[in-house]
Amino acid sequence: MRAKVYVTPKPGVLDPAGKAIEGALHSLGFAEAHDVRLGKYIEIRIDGDAHQVTGRLDDMCRKLLANGVIEDYRFEIGD
Amino acid sequence: MRWGVVTFPGSLDDGDAAYALEQVLGDPVVRLWHKDRSLHGVDCVVLPGGFSYGDYLRTGALARFTPVMESIVRFARDGGLVIGICNGFQVLCESGLLPGALIRNRGLSFLCTVTPVRVEETDTPFTRSYRQAEVLHLPIKHGEGCYVADPRTLQALEDNRQVVLRYVDSAGRATEEANPNGSLRNIAGIVNAARNVFGLMPHPEHACEALLGSVDGAGFFRSARATLSEGLPTRVASVPPGL
Repeated sequence: MRAKVYVTPKPGVLDPAGKAIEGALHSLGFAEAHDVRLGKYIEIRIDGDAHQVTGRLDDMCRKLLANGVIEDYRFEIGD
Repeated sequence: MRWGVVTFPGSLDDGDAAYALEQVLGDPVVRLWHKDRSLHGVDCVVLPGGFSYGDYLRTGALARFTPVMESIVRFARDGGLVIGICNGFQVLCESGLLPGALIRNRGLSFLCTVTPVRVEETDTPFTRSYRQAEVLHLPIKHGEGCYVADPRTLQALEDNRQVVLRYVDSAGRATEEANPNGSLRNIAGIVNAARNVFGLMPHPEHACEALLGSVDGAGFFRSARATLSEGLPTRVASVPPGL
């Protein structure tokens, strides 16, 4: 199966890169852009059925892919 | 005493740390490779600065899963002394040996300068040779040195006197302008609740000889040595619950 994992800075955690991108968008005339947060997108091919994969992916996120002190994660599983 | 200096793929300051300990302090040093399971009987472990595993994923995130780190986590839990400098501090946070995390500098720039830091606690195995509120001049060189933690953790760090170093101005005041990287509460270094694990962003190993502009960093290593040679406890006996 294919999994898409999204890792994002927790609300309230300083995200200077997101702020810099927001500033750049504003200077390009996109004044309507707000609250830019820069995260990570990870693709993984995983063996197993959908039920197994969900549990294993959650383990992967907690142990390695995201740091729970500063980041949230979510994932999607497809074929 | 015997020091252990760890080398991960991408470590940068392992040689300088070993040099400072061997040549300046005159102590024997064991070089520990990331694949080592044995710590070869060292008394204090130094996790050096650098870019372990290319800083891939997050700084320190991959070094945490090496065989040597598994042994260091056990060593620390048994009361062994561990110092993490810069990338070593990041590895300690990722390993769960220290609370909080280090994220991208507030200004996004890589910083390479000398900064004043104030000694907040002399009651640790790593700082007993300094004076309370003494201002040290130490080099910093990092892109991810902004210390963050949730409000409850920050309060616990303050209440339990675990903040060891703060960025200050030349007059010793922890102002916003004196904060180079946006670290919450100007935090530059902390210890764990048991006080035997110390992480700091500045580089004391680069500040042990007058030739390099400052000898202010040697006191951390001398303090650890004094703690062990005088048989002082390396960790506090009782740790408050939740820490």
